[in-house]
Formats: sequence, C-alpha cells, structure tokens
Amino acid sequence: MIAVTLTIDDRLVSAGDDDTILHAAHDAGIAIPTLCHFEGIADIGACRLCLVEIEGSPKLFAACTTRVTEGMVVRTDTERLRRHRKLMIELMLSERNHVCSVCVANGHCELQDRAIQAGVDHVRVEYLYPKFTMDLSHKRYGADPNRCILCARCVRVCDEVEGAHTWDIGGRGIASHVVTDLSAPWGDSATCTACGKCVTACPTGALFSQGATVGELEKDRSRLAFVVTARKTREWVR
Amino acid sequence: MDLSGLHSIAERERHSRKPNTIRCCAAMGCEAARSRQVRVALRSAVAAAGRQDSIEVQGVGCLGLCSAGPLVRVEPQGVMYQRVTPEDVQSIVAAVDGGTSTAERADLSHPFFTLQYPIVLENSGKVDPERIESYVAEGGYETLYHVLREMSPAEVVDEVSRSGLRGRGGAGFPTGLKWATVAKTQADWKCVVCNADEGDPGAFMDRAVMESDPHRILEGMAIAAYAVGANQGYIYVRGEYPLAYDRLQVAIQQADRLGLLGSRIFDSPFDFRIDLRIGAGAFVCGEETALMASIQGQRGTPRPRPPYPAEAGLWGKPTLINNVETFANIPPILKRGGGWYAAIGTDKSKGTKVFSLTGHVRHTGLIEVPMGTTLRTIVEDMGDGVPNGRALKAVQTGGSSGGCVPASEIDVSVDYESLAALGSIMGSGGMVVLDDSTDMVDLARFFMEFCADESCGKCVPCRVGTAQIYRLLERFVAREATESDLVLLEELCDLLRSASLCGLGQNAPNPVLSTLRYFREEYEAGMASIGASRGLIREPAVVGRPA
Repeated sequence: MIAVTLTIDDRLVSAGDDDTILHAAHDAGIAIPTLCHFEGIADIGACRLCLVEIEGSPKLFAACTTRVTEGMVVRTDTERLRRHRKLMIELMLSERNHVCSVCVANGHCELQDRAIQAGVDHVRVEYLYPKFTMDLSHKRYGADPNRCILCARCVRVCDEVEGAHTWDIGGRGIASHVVTDLSAPWGDSATCTACGKCVTACPTGALFSQGATVGELEKDRSRLAFVVTARKTREWVR
Repeated sequence: MDLSGLHSIAERERHSRKPNTIRCCAAMGCEAARSRQVRVALRSAVAAAGRQDSIEVQGVGCLGLCSAGPLVRVEPQGVMYQRVTPEDVQSIVAAVDGGTSTAERADLSHPFFTLQYPIVLENSGKVDPERIESYVAEGGYETLYHVLREMSPAEVVDEVSRSGLRGRGGAGFPTGLKWATVAKTQADWKCVVCNADEGDPGAFMDRAVMESDPHRILEGMAIAAYAVGANQGYIYVRGEYPLAYDRLQVAIQQADRLGLLGSRIFDSPFDFRIDLRIGAGAFVCGEETALMASIQGQRGTPRPRPPYPAEAGLWGKPTLINNVETFANIPPILKRGGGWYAAIGTDKSKGTKVFSLTGHVRHTGLIEVPMGTTLRTIVEDMGDGVPNGRALKAVQTGGSSGGCVPASEIDVSVDYESLAALGSIMGSGGMVVLDDSTDMVDLARFFMEFCADESCGKCVPCRVGTAQIYRLLERFVAREATESDLVLLEELCDLLRSASLCGLGQNAPNPVLSTLRYFREEYEAGMASIGASRGLIREPAVVGRPA
C-alpha cells in the first residue's frame, strides 16, 4: 500500500492507495450517507447515495467503489448532491410500502435515518404500492418484501460471510425482489443455516426476528385482574 | 493449413461455380417473408428446367432492401428481383438467359444501392454464410494468414490505431487505444469477447452481419486476439437471434475443421478458440460488465468501472470487448491498410457505418455509408423519403439510448460528434424515421417503457426512476399532467443521467430530453387544464409484481 493525499471537502486527508473515497472520508470523520454499503462485505455501488463529485469530471462517482488517487479533490456535500440524494430517497420511499408508524424497524431504520438527514418531508413521485406477501415460513425469522430497498446486503452477507448464498435477487427492473434459494419459501430453504446474519445486515424492517413485530405482541388480560387484586390483598405472587 | 491450402480451397470453389447463380436472401428479414420457400421453389424450377448444370441456387446473406423482401439476385446478369413469391420463380429461371421475368424488378440504380460504400457488408449477399469455402473464395482468412506470418502484434495494433476506427457498439471509443491497453496489460490469460447482444428497438445491423458473413467476425476476432495476446474468444449472442447463433456455430465448426481456429493456426505458435454464449434476452447484458457477469454464469448486472475490462474483465483477467461491426471492420483494415480506412469518413469519425433504416420511410433495410453522409441523403435519397404524402418529423437515432433529430436538422452530418451536438447519439446504428403523425411524447413513453422493462434493477435511479418517468409520461399522454409533473420529469431525467450506475440508466432519459428539447409544445399540450392538481390519494398502482 502506498500512502496518498487527497482533499475531501476542503480538508487534506491521507489514505492508502487501495482505499475507497468512503473509507478515506470515514477515517477523516467526514460522513457520507450510504445504504447498500455494509462494513465487511463487498461494495456494489447500488444505492447511489454515496455519490460524490470529483474535481475535473462532470460525472458523479460512488464513494464506496471509487479508489482514492493522489491529489484527488472530492466534494461530498454540494447542492447538486443533496438534490440528487433527496430525490433518490423519495424514489426508494415510493417504490415499496414504507409506512414507518407500523414498521417493526421504526426508529431503527437506516432508510428512515437517511430520509430525515436529507430533509425528506414529503414524496413528490407517485407511490407505487406493490403487493408483496410476507414470508413467515422460517422458524426464527420473517421477511416483508414491502420494506425491502434491494440493497442486497442480505445477499452479500449470506454469500460472502456465511457462505450459504441462500439469498439472491430475482426479477428485473422495478419487479426485482430478493428470493431465497430458487424462490422457495424461506422456511423450506435447504441452504439457510438460520444464522441470522441477513437479519442483522438488513437496514430496514424487511428482515426481522419473529416475535419482534407489533402484531405479534400478546396481551395477557388475565393479569389485569391479578394486579388489581394484588394491590388490594398485597399479594404479589400468583 | 497454409496459404496454398487456402488458395486451393478458393480455387476449387471458383471452379465448381456454375455459369449462372441465383442468389436468394437467407437472412432473417427475408426468411420471415418466406424466402426459404422461394429458395426451395427456385431449386425445383431449375431442376424442372433441366438447368442444374448451369444454374446454381445459393442462399446468401442480406441483400439490403429488407422492405422489399424476399430478394433474389441473378448473377452475372446483375438483375435483382424483389417481393419474390414461389409463383415467380419459373419466370426468373426462364429469364436467366435473357428475356423478361414477371417477377418485380428492383431498381439497382436507385440511390439506396448506388450511395452505399460496403466494407463491413462487402460480402453480404455475395457469400453463402453456411459455407466457409464461399468466404475463402472471396479472400477470406488470407488477411489472418498475412497478419500471423508477417506482422508483430504491436504492428497490428498500430494499423488499427492508424485507421481511426472507433467502437461501433455505440460509445465510439478508439478501437486501437482499447487494443493497445489490453495488449500492454500483463497477464497469464487474456480473452477477446464479441458483443453480439444487439437489442435496441429498430436495430438489426449486427444480426445481419452475423447471419450474412459470420466468418468475417471470426477472422476479425482472431486478428484481435493475436494483437492483444489472447487465446480464447467468446461471442455473446442474444437468444432472440437463433439464426445468427446457428450460422456462427456452423462457421466456428468449419473454421476449426480447417485449422483456421484452434491450435497453431496457419502453423504459427498462435492458438485461438472461440466459444458461443447465448444471452437470455436481457438488454442490459449488452453493457460490457453485465455481459461479462452473464458469461461467467452470474446474474447479468453491471458493476462500477474502473476497473475496466481491459484491466480486469472475465474472471478478473484482461479482456478485449468489441462489438460485431467493429470486428467485421478489422480484416479489410489490415488488408488495405489503416490509411485507406482513415481516408473515408470525417475528420474524427473514420470509415463507414452500417445503419438499419426503419420506420416511416419507403425503403427500409440495411445500408452502409461513409461517416459524414447527411441524414437527408440517407432518409430522402436512399430511403426514398416518407410515404403516404406525409412530412418528415424527426429521425430517432441510436436506439433506446438515443435521441430524436428533428426534421429541421436533417442536413446534419451523421458522425459521432454532430449527432451528440444535437442531443442524440450514433449508438449502434438504429435509425427510425418518423413522420408528422408521430406523437413524440408517446414515442418517449415507448422508449422509457423499454428501458424500465430492461433495467436490471440494481441501482435506485434506474430501477425506480425509469418506472416513475414512465408513469409521468403516461400522464402527459393522457393529458392529465401538471406543470409540477414537467418539473419533476426534468429533475428525474437529470438524476438518471448523473447518478445511474451504467449506460442503460445514464442514457435512458435521452429520448425524453431530446423530445423535450425539440417538441416541448407537445408536452405542454399534454398538461391538464389550469387549476387541475394531482390528487393526494391515488388508486394503488400495479407496477411492482408480487414476489
């Protein structure tokens, strides 16, 4: 590795020549928004949120897949980039049914975080409302494609870290969707090791542990009478 | 195999020829117009007339004028018949020795034929694409022999650079520069890939070349492989071209058998094999990184470049990717010299270009003209203008990634730079003529629907952006759009251009942007009356399909 120096947002930064712009910026404490990037697995440059401007080129470059070079001058937060990022988040929100209030990942969702950061307060494009069915066939986990943003983190972590390659992408264009094995129900998968890496890697509520959803919450109404009686009788053990 | 062996094959082929040849187009356009039945009928008619000894009925590649197929050409008389039916064949055979046939005669003095400059298509309609001997008789594989025996790889690259040839797949990257990069990259294994995944609406140039002259592509690839130091080649043919695939397969087998491919070609130390790969019908697989993923058995999605294939291509090894027409240009360039080729065309766009002329034009078909020929010459002279008394409105060039050149710019020189200045592109060479009945917004919607269908779905701008642009265009067509829709449309087009991962998404807005540039009033006409606003609650859409 050879050390190189570059400028990111007017700051001189040093990095290894095999580093990506994203890594170099991160090391220097400059945050670039990402969604498909996940530390430890290969970058694919799919979500395009980490696009940056490089001086001397009219093109935009994905910071996660572009290597640094000596003397490179990078801008990560220009008006053009902010405009594009905001519209891309709007596109993602319009693509599936991202209704935060009833989502298992509400408050723990990277798409939600990015939308707040980008200042998305409404979506200008039409909601597409696709009808995907949930897959709850797995004994430990669940998949709700309506929350999926197709970042393929589950695909990569399952392939590159677990080595199972249970997940993949099926379909094309707007009909793309994640599948397990050859589009069999997740619970029937012969390759899934139930390791949960895909659930951990998922940035939204698309993959979750069973029992985590609001709908699965069970109320034991019989306890109510017990609590009332217990207070009166001062008996706290049933 | 050596040069004398090649010459003896050519000699035998020429000697076995009969005094008269009736050539019948066997490319897909004419096949669709029942040329196979015409060929069978011609052979029967020749037998019935007892003329088997003097008349040869030959299936050949594209004769050009696809709109008038099936086409039959009688040699050496130089007479061509069009729209031939099996009922015409007796009179055609009878007229071989003179006299008049009842079959409709094509006017070979028409500019459609006279203004052509065939280099890539020089054998098209002349050789039998299913017989290597027919190609060898026209001097085929001789250039490969001379290259292997008399030139160093560096000299071959220099000659290609000197020719000024630019990639005919669409981007127009200098071919010599690409070859030089691959040649200079050090690796234990390199390969050459022919991109035959032509998929633009209205484009059929590469298909015609593969169906008409498959050996030309093999020879071009072998020369390229020698120049860059590769020993393996792949031709990635789209699955919708079964005839092209069959002919290439036959051609590879024939060349293998004669030792023109395989080990120690022409007894030189050079080994080169070619394998075919069939694409499963995904337009994005024409993008080089997606194509390579597909060859490797992976999902055909593009990846960010760099690294470019020249550095890390198939299986991470240096890979030279050119398209069909680029390879087909190589043998004549090496045979006649780079300087000869560079003298044709314009200052920056050298040589000739094959176009598939289609749409609202009298003569549709395959043409090859020098770069710099004006669009007017192509449409009005060669294509014989717009039929049915209508006026020309625009010419769509460059396929789904291209743009529309309005009739007011019809005198534009057709070359890479001039088309780009008008907001369009050369692309692979599709040329769709549009008359004044064309709804330009609807046309843009058609191309956007194509791009949305063909998007691989990997990156957000392309996957969702094309679908959203398509839905906006639907609103314009239905005259329900608002001013904010127009603003949003332009913003989405800008996003796709700037932020998409590969050329498909980056160029998908071109038809919209070019129609907006020249026909904005049609978009404005698609807006709803003043005061109309978009509803906050809409009916659920069905764009996404269930998993």
